[in-house]
Amino acid sequence: MLEVTGLGCLRGERRLFGGVSFKLKPGGLIWIQGGNGSGKTTLLRTLCGLTQAMAGEVRWSGETIQTLGEDYRRELTYIGHANGLKEDLSAQENLLTTAHLSSQPASREAVTEALHGMGLAGREHLPVKFLSQGQRRRAALARLRLAHARPLWLLDEPFNALDVAAVADMRQLMENHLEQGGMIALTTHQDVAIQATDTQALRLDA
Amino acid sequence: MMQTLRAVIARDVLLAMRRRADVATTLFFFVIVASLFPLGVGPDPKLLRTMAPGIVWVAALLASMLSLGRLFAEDYADGSLEQLVLAPEPLTLIVIGKVVAHWLVSGLPLVLISPVIALQFDLPREAIVTLLLALLLGTPLLSLIGAIGAALTVGVRGGGVLVSLLVLPLYIPVLIFGAGAVDASAIGMSASGHLSILGALLLLGMVLAPWATAAALRISLE
Repeated sequence: MLEVTGLGCLRGERRLFGGVSFKLKPGGLIWIQGGNGSGKTTLLRTLCGLTQAMAGEVRWSGETIQTLGEDYRRELTYIGHANGLKEDLSAQENLLTTAHLSSQPASREAVTEALHGMGLAGREHLPVKFLSQGQRRRAALARLRLAHARPLWLLDEPFNALDVAAVADMRQLMENHLEQGGMIALTTHQDVAIQATDTQALRLDA
Repeated sequence: MMQTLRAVIARDVLLAMRRRADVATTLFFFVIVASLFPLGVGPDPKLLRTMAPGIVWVAALLASMLSLGRLFAEDYADGSLEQLVLAPEPLTLIVIGKVVAHWLVSGLPLVLISPVIALQFDLPREAIVTLLLALLLGTPLLSLIGAIGAALTVGVRGGGVLVSLLVLPLYIPVLIFGAGAVDASAIGMSASGHLSILGALLLLGMVLAPWATAAALRISLE
């Protein structure tokens, strides 16, 4: 369970947000909303531990994420605004390396299957620099198909640049993950109805 | 743990192989800088022999610095650095992997080509062997020290110039003992003192630099 209490962040001299508290239980989805510059990305980065909070704390099963360190990072998958793909490698090589580096080694077959599932069949051996924006996003999100063992998904604008079919695929994938007791925190500007037992919305600029 | 280390090294070496031009640039820079001196100062063999250790080492320092920009900047720009920091392994380990890969693609080629450069300066055989040994000990140290500078300037505009300012002063001990070793053996003295100090510096760098680099990366990513 992810517990956030009184979280606050500064950007330069400006207070981005403060007093953010919520609890995310297995099967729960939290929807982080807010205008541009309201601190959605900063909040997600704070949740993964990339950014230090100015106030408050983030706890995972009762322990702060700073104490847990690697044990916490083993529980989460973060997909940021940037796709984290190397332009010179193919989608398949990218996914294989990322899987290895996040300590969830995947076989070539599993990776190929994940890419096919994201509608990238026939393009898995093409260097990423030849893919379109939407295809790159799909390749980045294909990681989630290999990350069901990671309970916590932190997704920054996952639907960006995706077409209608890919958004539907992603929604299905997220619903499966939630059904299996996963947790998702996401930011998005798109209106996507994801079915979850426990859905919360968090407005940052309110 | 070893698996992660191997994965990082394999990834960076594979990336370098996809962009062989970058690797070749470093090597050609080294060869050209070292070859310009005989043309500039004239073909007096005695003068060239005296200057050779210094020239080869300065060229190696500059060439090694040339490739530092690629160490973290590209990973930062495409978001893969975030993913590396979030890997469930110590960041120090990942940094070690990246430094090893950097040395393999930018340091090792310099070491291997250095005897050819040394011949151009008419260095005696013992001095060439010493140069090879000194570079073998010194170039990994250059990669280790350089990584700290590269990590501190990740995401900074005009980071390239800043890296030189940060890193070049720290390269001075490597230059002094590296060139000193070759000097000593060129005049028939033992180079073991200089080489031992280089080795000690390398050990110190291997312990401290990855840790400092990891700390710098965390700050830069905030």
